[in-house]
Amino acid sequence: MKKNFKSTSLDEDTIAAISTPLGEGGLGVVRISGREAFVIADKIFRGKVKPSKAPSHTVHYGKVVVLNTDEEIDEVLLTVMHPPKTYTKEPLVEISSHGSSFILYKILNQAKEAGARLANPGEFTLRAFLNGRIDLAQAEAVAELIKAKTDLSLKVALSHLKGELSFKLNSFRENLIEILANLEVQIDFPEEDLEPKDKEYILKELDNIKGGIDKLLDTYDEGKILKDGLRVVIVGKPNVGKSSLLNALLKEERAIVTPVPGTTRDVISEDANFKGVPVRLFDTAGFRVSKDTIEAEGIKRTKLEIGKADMILWVVDASSGLDKDELELEKQIESFKHVVVLNKIDLGSEDSISKLLDRFENKIYKEICAIKREGIEDLIDAVAKEAITFDRDANGDVVLSNFRHKDALLRSKEGLSKAKKSLTEKLSLEFIALDLRIALDAIGEIIGKTVTEDILNKIFSDFCVGK
Amino acid sequence: MITYEEKFDIIVVGAGHAGCEAALACARMGCKTLLLTSNKETIAQMSCNPAVGGLAKGQLVKEIDALGGEMGFITDKAGIQFKTLNKKKGPAVWSSRAQCDRVLYRVYMRESLENQKNLWLKQAIVTEVLIDNGKAKGILTNINSAYLSDVVILVCGTFLNGLIHIGLENFPAGRAGEFPSLTLSDKLKEYGFEVGRLKTGTPPRLDGKTIDFSKTIPQYGDENPKPFSLKTKKLPERHYLCHLTHTNGETHKIILANLDRSPLYSGVIKGIGPRYCPSIEDKVVKFRGKPRHQLFLEPEGENTTEYYVNGFATSLSEDVQLKAIRTVSGLEKVEMTRPGYAIEYDFFPPTQLNPTLETKLVENLFFAGQINGTSGYEEAGAQGIMAGINAVLKLRKKPPFVLKRCEAYIGVLIDDLVTKGTKEPYRMFTSRAEHRLVLREDNADQRLLEYGYKFGLVSEKIYLEFKKRKGIIENEKKRLKKVKVSVSVFGKLTEDMENHKRVSLAYALKIPDITYKDLAKIDKDSKEVPQRIAEQVELEIKYEGYIKRQNQEIEKFKRLESMLIPPDFKYDELTGFKHEAKEKLKDVNPISVGQASRISGVSPGDIAVLMVHLKKFLSK
Repeated sequence: MKKNFKSTSLDEDTIAAISTPLGEGGLGVVRISGREAFVIADKIFRGKVKPSKAPSHTVHYGKVVVLNTDEEIDEVLLTVMHPPKTYTKEPLVEISSHGSSFILYKILNQAKEAGARLANPGEFTLRAFLNGRIDLAQAEAVAELIKAKTDLSLKVALSHLKGELSFKLNSFRENLIEILANLEVQIDFPEEDLEPKDKEYILKELDNIKGGIDKLLDTYDEGKILKDGLRVVIVGKPNVGKSSLLNALLKEERAIVTPVPGTTRDVISEDANFKGVPVRLFDTAGFRVSKDTIEAEGIKRTKLEIGKADMILWVVDASSGLDKDELELEKQIESFKHVVVLNKIDLGSEDSISKLLDRFENKIYKEICAIKREGIEDLIDAVAKEAITFDRDANGDVVLSNFRHKDALLRSKEGLSKAKKSLTEKLSLEFIALDLRIALDAIGEIIGKTVTEDILNKIFSDFCVGK
Repeated sequence: MITYEEKFDIIVVGAGHAGCEAALACARMGCKTLLLTSNKETIAQMSCNPAVGGLAKGQLVKEIDALGGEMGFITDKAGIQFKTLNKKKGPAVWSSRAQCDRVLYRVYMRESLENQKNLWLKQAIVTEVLIDNGKAKGILTNINSAYLSDVVILVCGTFLNGLIHIGLENFPAGRAGEFPSLTLSDKLKEYGFEVGRLKTGTPPRLDGKTIDFSKTIPQYGDENPKPFSLKTKKLPERHYLCHLTHTNGETHKIILANLDRSPLYSGVIKGIGPRYCPSIEDKVVKFRGKPRHQLFLEPEGENTTEYYVNGFATSLSEDVQLKAIRTVSGLEKVEMTRPGYAIEYDFFPPTQLNPTLETKLVENLFFAGQINGTSGYEEAGAQGIMAGINAVLKLRKKPPFVLKRCEAYIGVLIDDLVTKGTKEPYRMFTSRAEHRLVLREDNADQRLLEYGYKFGLVSEKIYLEFKKRKGIIENEKKRLKKVKVSVSVFGKLTEDMENHKRVSLAYALKIPDITYKDLAKIDKDSKEVPQRIAEQVELEIKYEGYIKRQNQEIEKFKRLESMLIPPDFKYDELTGFKHEAKEKLKDVNPISVGQASRISGVSPGDIAVLMVHLKKFLSK
C-alpha cells in the first residue's frame, strides 16, 4: 500500500500555476511540475538550450513563445530541476518573467496549451508532501493549508458566481441535462413509445449553448485586457511633443510630427508591447481652450479618451512653464492614474526644470527627450509597473478564479463541438452522449457537480417510461 | 432449541436469483453450503415479468456468466424468445433479452442446485440471524431449529415484512401466494440496522384463450439469436411471440375515476416505488396528455395459456383492473387469472455494507439482492455471486474481490449501492456506467473470465476455449492492420481516403458503411471465423478511437481507485475536512480514495486532505 503512494505522483498529470503573488512584484514565476514538465517547457521556450536537454539546477535565458509560433510573450529566465531535489520531487520547471499578471497568464496559458493542467489549490504542496519532500510530522499543517487555499478559492469563485453568470451557467446545465436525457432515454428505453427531441432541435440547442459560452468567454476580465491592452492616453497642450513621444514609444514614425501646433486633430491609436504588457496608445489633439470648431471637436474627443483611459501620460514642455490651458488639463486628469512626462528636457533651463520638478514633487514623473529618444525605456518601465498596480486593484485572486472558469468553459465548448460533429456524422447516440457529459462536467466544475441521478430525474420527469 | 448436528461454512437464506448464485458460488468454490428457502417449489421464481436481460441487464447476465454464474445458462435453457435490443445503435449498448418459460426456469435452476456438490438445499422459514459477539454464527427457524455456520448470506427479496396491496385490501405475504418473513428484519433492527421501506408492483396475468391476438401487433424474436452463456452450445428451438397493444382514453377514464380505491393514491402505501417501472395509474396521472400507453403481452411459458401484461402494473382493486383492461384492443373479453398487486417490503439501506457486501455492523453477515434496495433478477444475481465469492474469500482470509466501475456493470452496481445508497428500488441503466463504451456484452469474457477461472467457478474447458478465442481475435486484428489494399476496390471514397492510394483493411473497416463481411470480398486471405469472433474484431477496430479514449480515462480513474484506505483508518481526530465531508466519510468508510471521491458532499479539496492524512497513516 505504501508503494501506491510513492508511485502515484509520477503517474499524474503535469500541473502548472503562477506561484508568486499576483501584482505585487516586478518579477513573477510560473511553475510546472510533473512527468511532462520538460517536454512542455521545450514546446514554449526558445533559448540556446532545450530545457529537456539542460542539466539539473541550471538557469537559462530565452523567451517564452506562443505554442507552435515564434511570437514572443516575454523574455524569461527558465530554471530546470530534475528530481528528486525539487520542491515536489518531480521534474520541475520555473519560468521567471516580468511580474505583470498579463504576462504570467499568457505563460500559464501556453503551458496549459502545451499539455499541463491548471494546478488545484495547494496541489504543489500536496505533491511535495505525498512524495516525501515535507516531513510527515507536518501532515496536519499541510492539511490545514490545503483546506485554507481551497476555501479561499471557493470563496472567490462563489463571490464571482453571483447574478448573471451563475444564472447563465445554470441554464446551460439545464439545457445540457435536457439534451442528455433525450439521448439517454433512447438508449436505455429502446422499446418505448417516445417522442424525443429531433436532431435539428438538439443541434440548434447545442449551438445556442456554444454561443452562450462564447459570450461569457468574451466577458472575462483578463481576456479583455489581453485582447484590448492597457489603454494609455497621451495628453498635453499643443506642440509639447505628444506625437514625438508616440513615435518614440512605437519606435516608428506614425503620427505626423511638425512644428506647427495643433497638427493632430484626431485621436490616433496604436498597439504596443511594454515589457509584455499589451498597450494601446492613444495620441490626442493638443489641449487648448479654443474657438476653432475643428479643434474644439478634438478637445471633446480628448476628454472622452481621458474618461476611458487606464493610464494617462501628460506631456509637459520642460523648457516652458505651465500655462492656463495646462492647469485646466491638470484638473481634467486629476482623478485618473497618470504619469507626468517632462519632454524636451535638453532644451529646458536648469531653473525652469527645477521649478517644474518642485511642482510635480508628489506625482510620478519622467524626464525625457522624445526626439532624441532619451528616457523612453525608463518611461516604458514606469508604465509597465503601473500596469501591475492596475492588476492589484483588479484583485489577483479574482483573476485567477476567472482563469479557471475560462479553462472549464473552453473544455465545455470543445465537448460541445465534438458532440455536434458526431451528431452531424450520424454516429450512434452513446458517442454523442460521451462528449456531452464532458461538456456538462466542465460546467459542473464551476457551479457544482452534475451526477447521473440529475439526468435520470430529467428522464423520469419528461418521459413516460417503464413497463 | 434444537441445533442441527452438522455445522456449515456458509448458510444462504433465500433461494431467489441472488440466493441461487450465492449458494452455487460458495459450493463451487468448495465450501459446505446450506441454502434455505421457505418454499422449494418456487426456487428462482420470476416474480415479475418472465424475461431476463434487457438494457444494461443483458450486460449484467453476461458478466455473471463470465464469472462462472448460472443465470445466463438457465435463461438459455428456459428461453422461448431471444432478441438483441438497440441493434441500430453502437455495440456498447446492444443488450440481449430472453423471454423465459417461468416454470422451466425454476425447474432448471433447482436441477443445478440439487446436483451441485457441497450444496444442501432445505425448506425452512428463517426467523433470526444468530449473532455472537458481533459475528454471525448461524440462523434460527420458525420451528426453533438452529443451523450453525461461519457465514450467513441474507437474500430475502421482498419477503421481509412484505405487505401486498390490491385495492384497499392488504395482507402480509412474501409475494403472491407465499409466506412473508415477519421477524427477521425486526430482529436486525433491534441489533442496530437501519431499515427502510420500498414498494414495487406487478401487473395482472391473463388467460391467453380469451385474448383476441388478431387485434394486436406481433413482436418477433431474432432469427439467429446468440446465447447468453459460454456454456450453452445450442439454444432451444422455441420461437414464441409477444404481442403489442395499447391502452386508450376509455382505459384512462376508468383508472382516473377509481383512484380513491388505489392504495397508492389514497396514501395507504408508504414505501417508495421505482420511477422506471411505474404503475399504470401513475402513468395515467403523471402523463395525462399521453393518449395511449404500450402494453406487451408476454407468454408465461410452453405449458400454460397464461400471459403477462407488461406495462400494466397496478394495485387498483380487482374489479377496476378487470374493467380497465377490458377496454384494451384485443382484451375486450379477457379473463384475469391473477390480479396485479403492489408489495411493500423492508430493505436495509446499502450504505451499511462494505463493497464486499458484508455488513459493517455484523462480521460474516452478507446481504445481497432486493434486501439492499435493488430491483431486477439480474441486479440480484450479480450481487449474489459477488456476496458468495467474498464470503468464501473472507472465510479463507483471502483479499476481497471488488470489481471496479471501469471493469464491469457489477462494479458500478455495487459501488453505487455502498457509496451513495438508494432512495428508490435501484435498477441498472447504461447511463450509470461512465465507461460504458468498454463495458459491452461481447467482451464480458475478456473483462471477467480470468477472475471466474481463478476462483474455480469457470471450468477448464470454457477457459481454454476463451484463451483460444482471444488469440484468434488478437491475430485477426493485427492481420487487418497489416494487409493493405488499393482504395480503388471501394466503391465510394471518403474524403479522408482520397489522400491515400492503399489503405489497411483495418482502416477501411473504420468507415461507417463498411462491415467485416464486406472486407471478405476484397480480402483474399480471409478465413471463415465464428460469428462471436467476427463481431468482436469488427467493433474493436471500428470504434478503436473511442475505446482508446475511454481507456485513457480509465487509466486516470484507476489511480485514485488503487489508493486503498485500510479499514482501521479513523477520521475522528483528523483536521482539514469540512464537517459534512468528515461525517460522510465516517459513515461510508470507503475502501479507496476513488470511492471516497464519489461520496456526495466530499469535495476535491477534502480528497487532497484525505491523501495527506492517509500518507501519514500508512507510513507509520
